Amino acid sequence: MTRYISILIVALTALFAMPVPVCASAHDESGENSKIDPKEIIFEHLGDGYGWEVPFDHHHRIPLPVIVFGSDGLHIFSSARVTGGKEYVDGNTTFKIAGKDSPHKGKVVEIVDGKEIKPIDISITKNVCALFITLILVAGLMLWLANYLKRNPYKAPRKGLGAIEALLIFIYDGVVKSTLGKDAPRFAPYLLTVFFFIFGMNLLGLMVVFPGGANLTGNIAVTLVLAILTFLVTNLYANKHYWKEIFWPDVPIWLKFPLPIMQVIEVFGIFTKPAALTVRLFANMMGGHMIVLVLTLLIFIFAAISPAVGAATTVVSLLFSIFMLLIDVLVSFIQAYVFTMLSTIFISLAQQHEEHKEKAESHEAAVAAHATK
Amino acid sequence: MELFTPDFGLIFWMFVSFAVLFFILWKFAWPVILKTVDSRADLIDKGVEYAQSAKEQLDNARQSAQEVINDARRQQADMMREADKIKTQIIEQARSAAQVEAQKVMDSAKMQIQQQQKEAEQQFRNQVSEFALEIASKVVKGQMEDPKAQKKLVNTLLDEIESK
Repeated sequence: MTRYISILIVALTALFAMPVPVCASAHDESGENSKIDPKEIIFEHLGDGYGWEVPFDHHHRIPLPVIVFGSDGLHIFSSARVTGGKEYVDGNTTFKIAGKDSPHKGKVVEIVDGKEIKPIDISITKNVCALFITLILVAGLMLWLANYLKRNPYKAPRKGLGAIEALLIFIYDGVVKSTLGKDAPRFAPYLLTVFFFIFGMNLLGLMVVFPGGANLTGNIAVTLVLAILTFLVTNLYANKHYWKEIFWPDVPIWLKFPLPIMQVIEVFGIFTKPAALTVRLFANMMGGHMIVLVLTLLIFIFAAISPAVGAATTVVSLLFSIFMLLIDVLVSFIQAYVFTMLSTIFISLAQQHEEHKEKAESHEAAVAAHATK
Repeated sequence: MELFTPDFGLIFWMFVSFAVLFFILWKFAWPVILKTVDSRADLIDKGVEYAQSAKEQLDNARQSAQEVINDARRQQADMMREADKIKTQIIEQARSAAQVEAQKVMDSAKMQIQQQQKEAEQQFRNQVSEFALEIASKVVKGQMEDPKAQKKLVNTLLDEIESK
């Protein structure tokens, strides 16, 4: 399956390499600014948007619904009404997308007495839309697998479904069961959902055209939510021993009384775990996207200097982009795997009993090893 | 930096999406999938175990069968040896018995022959002596007409007896 995805990605990369010159020339024709602003382009691609780009055209986007709670209640309208700096009047309220020098740059703002006020914005942006696509994709695949297994309980599926099942068993047996032991059935649904959701988002993010292309797991909001969920599962299901280790750990008395040194460290540790989860996934995925974008942009930066250099850079950049995207397929899997594994370890640490202390220490060593990685 | 400030809308939708996905999968997918996967793994484990034990049993059976065969062979060989021994013994016995019998027969035959010989000798002797006496008496009758000759003969006979 990964092979097909790789092939798909290579094909899409080739496709991706083409529209950009068209976009660039479109820029030139409109005469907005013929100079390329790499930072602007990179952050635009990495960030969110109210519309979804279509290939070969930088100006027309698939409009997506904007949902905002303004000062006078709920407003829902198409993002096409506010793109290109247009102001949209819905009822008594005026909305527009904030300009470049506004603190709410690129977001829908409400104009009240000439001032821009940011409403509560739960628009279906590009990222949210990609989120829904991933949701449908993952749910569909898993329900398909479940349906197959319900019909043929003792028959291993073949081909694509077999690959999904193999991946599932790899995570379930290799990560969840081997770490959690008898607690595995309680937490497996959460951990498997996390794995497949992240993996799906990662892979869709690598695809450059419509169903993919949103830098979802490279968005800190997404990884933050996932980390918070792991944090909640870890701490809400934690046993007495876990809390005892935090508030009255097994250390010399002067380390915990009268100055609660260990307690401070341990409590700090509760929050660093999800923080590490958030940043690891976010930084890895964003980094991968950024490298590919930078490599592609190099073509235009050098082409601005001289066409010959630009042509040479095109070949090199394209090869490097393909290479990086292939690496990113691997990274997509590894990061989903690592997130799931670390979540499993954090949960299992909160499920440990006294007799499992040595095991816990070895887990912590494993966590430390991964953290340094 | 825009990238490092989480957007409220996305956080909200992420929570919603995850909750929806988790609910769907938790309700319809994971129980079926995990149960099937586990039970299939169990089935495979059991199958392997069963196959192993069956193989072990088969090996044991083969070994015991071999043992039985070896035992039978050994017994057979023993019996053959025994039979051989008995056979030679019987032959030996028969042979010696026959010899003894033959000896006996021969002895008795010999004795009979001897006896018959003796009898024949005795008969012959008697006849010879009869003939001799008859002849002698005839001769003597002829010669012993004369008393001198009679006397002489008596003397000679007496000398002979004396000289014995």
